[in-house]
Amino acid sequence: MPTANTMGTVQSEIKFSEEKLKKVQEIISRYPEGRQKSALLPILHLAQREFDGWLSVPVMDYVASLLNIKPIEVYEVATFYTMFNLKPVGKCLIEFCRTGPCMHNRADQIIDYTEKKLGIKVGETTPDNKFSLKAVECLGACGYAPMAQIGKFYYEHLTEEKMDKIITRLGQEDFNPDNKYEI
Amino acid sequence: MARKLLLENINVPGIKSFDVYRANGGYRSVEKALKTMSPDDVMEEVKKSGLRGRGGAGFPTGMKWSFLDRKSDKPRYLVCNADESEPGTFKDRFLMEYIPHILIEGLIVSSYSLGSNSTYIYIRGEYRWIVDILENAIAEAKHNGFLGKNILGSGYDLEIYVQPGGGAYICGEETALIESLEGKRGNPRMKPPFPAISGLYNCPTVVNNVETLATVVPIINMGGDEYAKIGVGRSTGTKLISACGHMNKPGVYEIELGLPVDEFLNSDEYCGGIRAGHTLKAVVPGGSSVPILPAELFYKTKEGVARLMSYESLSEGGFASGSMLGSGGFIAMDETTCIVRNLWNFTRFYHHESCGQCSPCREGTGWMEKVLHRLEHGHGSMSDIDLLVDIAKKIEGNTICPLGDAAAWPVASHIRHFREEFEYHVKFPEKVAHSPFAHSADYKRELNTVLQ
Repeated sequence: MPTANTMGTVQSEIKFSEEKLKKVQEIISRYPEGRQKSALLPILHLAQREFDGWLSVPVMDYVASLLNIKPIEVYEVATFYTMFNLKPVGKCLIEFCRTGPCMHNRADQIIDYTEKKLGIKVGETTPDNKFSLKAVECLGACGYAPMAQIGKFYYEHLTEEKMDKIITRLGQEDFNPDNKYEI
Repeated sequence: MARKLLLENINVPGIKSFDVYRANGGYRSVEKALKTMSPDDVMEEVKKSGLRGRGGAGFPTGMKWSFLDRKSDKPRYLVCNADESEPGTFKDRFLMEYIPHILIEGLIVSSYSLGSNSTYIYIRGEYRWIVDILENAIAEAKHNGFLGKNILGSGYDLEIYVQPGGGAYICGEETALIESLEGKRGNPRMKPPFPAISGLYNCPTVVNNVETLATVVPIINMGGDEYAKIGVGRSTGTKLISACGHMNKPGVYEIELGLPVDEFLNSDEYCGGIRAGHTLKAVVPGGSSVPILPAELFYKTKEGVARLMSYESLSEGGFASGSMLGSGGFIAMDETTCIVRNLWNFTRFYHHESCGQCSPCREGTGWMEKVLHRLEHGHGSMSDIDLLVDIAKKIEGNTICPLGDAAAWPVASHIRHFREEFEYHVKFPEKVAHSPFAHSADYKRELNTVLQ
């Protein structure tokens, strides 16, 4: 049954599938007895992937219950690490690197161009909920700048033409963040 | 061609897979170590090799291993630091992505020496596809009897797990990494106790960089003494350098330490020179934290000696006129680069990445970012330049971990070597306010006109 969470948006029931629950148990088994809290980051990634690309309070509470830790222990971690989105994001999240080596290779211009093309600023989501833009710090692709992370993969040596192609292809209904798209 | 130890087989088709890697001599060091050497023998070879930590600090690896508390009855851990986040650095990614088995092989031999039965690779969370590559390599190694119980009949058991981080530069600091691996915020711990005594789960722990651990493979294969013959002085062996910025051929290169910097930047074997029609202005040779060097001090020390790519040569002159080899994140900038903007960008990075534990770093990095923002956008004053130097001094050495120093060093060095350019930003606010890039090429000429 869908439930309204604290952000006022509707999310489907918060529960991992049997298959994902098995994965959770496998992750917990990597650490010594009583150290299951070590599984927190991997499981938050799993939860973010599973529950619409962001971590709502009910999702974090669910993760706390799986690890038998207090909800505050999850909140303090989720708010510390920048990869965890604490607000809803669009289906396709484009994360641009803005740090030194990328900046020297036109990152600012590519970000500007994409903002104008999508009609949103960094930190915002398009009204059709297809795209969100985020600016992040160094992603370790300095020699292949400018670049962005989209889903699981990096898109490097970006140009305005490449951004056009990315937006056209990754804006389609069948977009899957775990796929690598050849652009 | 220079000698390659880590990337020797990088172009062999299919080297990512266990079978091809093994057919090209892979996992020999595991056989040698587990069948013919004791754990202490392995450590002795690493000590003899002179290998120094490839993550940035350059601390002798064998010595770090020798600090591990082997008398304790607690389990011991080896943790591989794959949280590569220093701007300009992308070498570990290259190694893990294209030749993952060399890391797994190095981890097995190192874990055997240190007595770790559960070894964790803490990888930055953004390298999501590399998590799959490593987990696949681990599964292959296990399938072929190089991981799991009683490896090669030696009685030694080992499991390797991959742990993704959450996007935090600070987790590259070893105690923050350990906190994060325990499922907490990445706040560095007070030292002592050092991880060698009390690290992961309060057990004796060694944390080493990806490249450091991969390098254990050639050291065991060739012997520590042979390895130590490569390189120059106390900079032994080869090093991966990730080169980026305004050059013709950015990428990851394996160099023999001691290679002349001129050859590295300008020869076709490596970076291929600065992009056509431009000249070198400055270099940050070891990741964003190390001091910036103007072109003339990059090529030659203050005494006029040609610099080499080595720990000692790059730091010749101390912080007054030298820099550091650091992580090998080599950033070259041509004359179109605005130094003030570069520093503002770097400082924003450190402000963003400060964990917030220590006031000098948490507050100081924010102040420096604000002051640099106003200088870069034409609202600064001359006193702001000294204010920056003052803040940087007050951060340096006053924080639990080195992130404070890492934020302070670029500020001090950018201003030391390019003070005129900061002054230009104060004197010509209208020029810098609207076109941040266009003005920097000819700032010296214009500044001289005014000063005259």
